[in-house]
Amino acid sequence: MISDFTYLRPGSAKEALQMLSKHQEDGKIICGGQSLLIIMRQGLVTPEYMIDIKRLDELSYIRFDQKKGLRIGATTTHRAIEKSALIKDKYPVLVEMEEKLASIQVRNWGTIGGNLAHADAAGDPAPVLTAMGGSVKVASASGERVIPLDEFYTDLFETAMNHDEMIVEVIVPPRPPKSGTKYQKFNLLDSDQGIVAVAATITLNGRTCKDARIVLGNAATITMRAKEAEKVLIGAALSDAVFEKAGEAAAAECQPVADIHASEEYGRHLIKILTKRMAKAAWEQAKISG
Amino acid sequence: MERQLIRLNVNNQDYEIYINPKTLLVEAIRDHIGLTGTKRGCDTVSCGVCTVIVDNMAVKGCSVLAVQTEGKKILTVEGLEVDGKLQPIQKAFLDEGAFQCGFCTSGMLMSATAFLKESKKPTEKQIRDGIEGNICRCTGYNSIVRAIDAVAKGKYTEDK
Repeated sequence: MISDFTYLRPGSAKEALQMLSKHQEDGKIICGGQSLLIIMRQGLVTPEYMIDIKRLDELSYIRFDQKKGLRIGATTTHRAIEKSALIKDKYPVLVEMEEKLASIQVRNWGTIGGNLAHADAAGDPAPVLTAMGGSVKVASASGERVIPLDEFYTDLFETAMNHDEMIVEVIVPPRPPKSGTKYQKFNLLDSDQGIVAVAATITLNGRTCKDARIVLGNAATITMRAKEAEKVLIGAALSDAVFEKAGEAAAAECQPVADIHASEEYGRHLIKILTKRMAKAAWEQAKISG
Repeated sequence: MERQLIRLNVNNQDYEIYINPKTLLVEAIRDHIGLTGTKRGCDTVSCGVCTVIVDNMAVKGCSVLAVQTEGKKILTVEGLEVDGKLQPIQKAFLDEGAFQCGFCTSGMLMSATAFLKESKKPTEKQIRDGIEGNICRCTGYNSIVRAIDAVAKGKYTEDK
């Protein structure tokens, strides 16, 4: 049962932030509501004021600039990202990820800002964006700040945002040369959340790995970087043996929570295999990229 | 909680309803407007029986607040038939027997309608992806896919 709330519909992002500033923890931003309404029905969230930013077209955009990279407005729908020719060209892994995010109906109405703010460790966009060095721009009535996604999540359904802040933009830096990013979730149905998921970025300098990011989804209470696995990869001459070691490192450092879908042991096993595969796939892509 | 007046346009007809703002779109359509073709299933954005089309996009009525659809064009299964004439997709469902218990049918029809609008000459895989958000608990997917395929292949164009 969803608890009663007062519905507010600001006419601008500025007005939304003023409302948020006034109501603080009693207020909650709703956009697509595809995650929020479910947890409200479960009684996990019971806001007194719902501030609806779904209609704020000023926050719905996809822009690209060679220097600044990709900027996606917070109220941009998953479907808009999935169908964006620009993103398909510059950041194809984002389109691949979106195509398997929940169902068409959810992607039609749900938004990238809402997904990231929901802070579900099983969410698909966070690992991919984190693997590409992405950040979010958050705003309050008193100003804006940019938070790297790998510092954004603090605990299950918790973020580094204050009560008066909301995500206004997602930022992905330009892709470095000789770099590839791949993402895969393990699930039984394409439209399900991943039992676990791995996003990997490999950047090459000649034959050695110049930089690597391994980001795990649903392998802890938050989206987490597998920094030990990254250490195995960075500076190494990449080979199957190195990918295997990286997988073992990720499996050791992750903290999967056992549930109906997988035991902790099985979660670790999946992380090992997926890390190995995604790092290798990212490497294959990096080799042929410009 | 104080109710508020909202105006919804469903199947090209305006309705004014007094609702609590927490009212979901599927509740507004079924319980306040009285169009019960749209079903209520899992209530957790999983099963798709509550699928309706809002501004040409399929959405799940159990996870959209009715107030959020004010001023938008909502199409439900009742709006497919126009002047007593069934849409091609409805005829195809009949011809292919794309029902067993029928509970998923209205949602399937709405997803199929939105899908056919944006996909020309889809492959079978694309059709299956197009109804990924709709579950048929009787597992009668093959006949549903055949029905969508028949419309996509133009079998019913003369009926339009």
